[in-house]
Amino acid sequence: MISLSKLTIKSAHEAMKNGEFSARELAEEYLKVIQEKNPSINAYIEVYDDVLKQADMADDRFKNGRATLLTGIPIALKDNMLFSGKKVSSSSHILDGYVATYDGTVVSILKKEGAVLIGRTNMDEFAMGSSTETSNYGVTKNPFDQERVPGGSSGGSAAALAMDGSLVSLGSDTGGSIRQPAAFCGLVGLHPTYGSVSRYGLIAMGSSLDQIGPLTKTVEDAEIIFNAISKYDKNDSTSIPEEKRIKTQKSLKKKIGIPQSFLSGEGIDPEVLANFSQVVEKLKGSGYEIVDVSLPYTPYSLAVYYILMPAEASTNLSRFDGIRFGLREDGKDLFEEYAKTRGSGFGKEVRRRILLGTYVLSHGYYDAYYNKAILVRKEIEKELNKILEEVDVILTPSTPTPAFKIGEKSKDPVSMYLSDIFTVPANIAKVPAISIPSGKTRDGLPLGIQFIGPRFGEDILFKIGKDFESLV
Amino acid sequence: MHQIDVDKLSRLARIDITDEEKESLSKDLESILGYIKQIESLEVKETQKVADEHHNIFREDEVLNDSGSNTDAFVEEMPDSTDNYLKVKQIL
Repeated sequence: MISLSKLTIKSAHEAMKNGEFSARELAEEYLKVIQEKNPSINAYIEVYDDVLKQADMADDRFKNGRATLLTGIPIALKDNMLFSGKKVSSSSHILDGYVATYDGTVVSILKKEGAVLIGRTNMDEFAMGSSTETSNYGVTKNPFDQERVPGGSSGGSAAALAMDGSLVSLGSDTGGSIRQPAAFCGLVGLHPTYGSVSRYGLIAMGSSLDQIGPLTKTVEDAEIIFNAISKYDKNDSTSIPEEKRIKTQKSLKKKIGIPQSFLSGEGIDPEVLANFSQVVEKLKGSGYEIVDVSLPYTPYSLAVYYILMPAEASTNLSRFDGIRFGLREDGKDLFEEYAKTRGSGFGKEVRRRILLGTYVLSHGYYDAYYNKAILVRKEIEKELNKILEEVDVILTPSTPTPAFKIGEKSKDPVSMYLSDIFTVPANIAKVPAISIPSGKTRDGLPLGIQFIGPRFGEDILFKIGKDFESLV
Repeated sequence: MHQIDVDKLSRLARIDITDEEKESLSKDLESILGYIKQIESLEVKETQKVADEHHNIFREDEVLNDSGSNTDAFVEEMPDSTDNYLKVKQIL
């Protein structure tokens, strides 16, 4: 019996290197847990049929001395990452049965390292949601309380890890889709700097916002995965060459900024605020200076987000037209075929966002919404970048509430959208941010806090994150 | 706020919307627009409506793969095909 709950990348690597267990034995242990827990949690949509074969290949690498730190590490993929020859659907009916024709860059890096890719995890359809409730494959349950959501959109990836069905999970984060489920499931979740991790082979939602990142149990694991996947890629036009990844901060000041006015908004759970105060006290106690920072534009991030993201999604998702791949519904002419295919292939939230994006981009509204949002985005970027030269990181709760009940917010889009209020600014400003477990509510639900760092300042997040981990 | 024309949007977006859903979608959109409208009155220092500076990063358009190396995989995913050609409705 391998104790999975305490296992980290390094401890699993050492154990495989020293022969305490093989990659195959480790994979079998995870498969056993998945078989037992997945029917009720619904974290995985599919477990790949060659997991043990991948594990055997990893064992061969250990035998002939070619193993790296990620060899044999069981990793779950969100269902929007292309793995050649495997089904991938973004949890949408419109991609039912679609088989990936090539490997995404992140998948190909992990394959080269000899990681064991276990399966694809449930998500909100096309990553549009904060609860996995918009998935075509049913909701994923939070392993801490099965009446509650695991968060989203990478809810399946979070639940898979929290139920010990993977050692690491990969997610994608457009407005908080890694950090919010990480917070809801008691995990570490990293949204990397925009342009640091390739999105080649990631099914797109909002291309000026999407980033791939890890969900892990420890900050160290997040660091290991980030360092492995953060590479320039010529196949992603937004990937930033290594020599241009210039850090603005040179040394740590041990200074943390808190946007007090942003935290006094409505709808923040008192237990979240109490936990946040405790976090602040702990950080003060360990030598961090805490200062109030003024961020007048940042609270508008969510409004900006709900203009730019639907605008970008409505254009990105125009490729799903029933012509070259995926679902095709028959119609009397080409127009009817498009409209029927997209009408029945997309779920309600996806249709809602495409219509919203079409509206904000349409003649007469383009200036008032889309162009104005671009200008406000620039102000948010400027003010965050400036503050992040004065302090090491900005600290906020990761989410305004702990995990909510299934069905609680699904009827009211705006209340669902508000659960990303603290995570969205990092996507808007293209800066990295990490969510780290910070305790639990009286009812035992996990809470998370978020550190936002300067562009390419992931190392600062890892350093302060590890300090903080040792305090809780 | 004026009434959103869901019919027009669904035609523009090429998405069929059922009559029952029109009303609820229109209500949802009104409520989301009510939220995002808060940026309308916000003053910004910059008023130039430019996206980020762009430059062409595309490579030269030359064939890098062996001819036909991806054909089978792509044709396999087509909803309808004949002899490696994608089949679609008559356009004209």
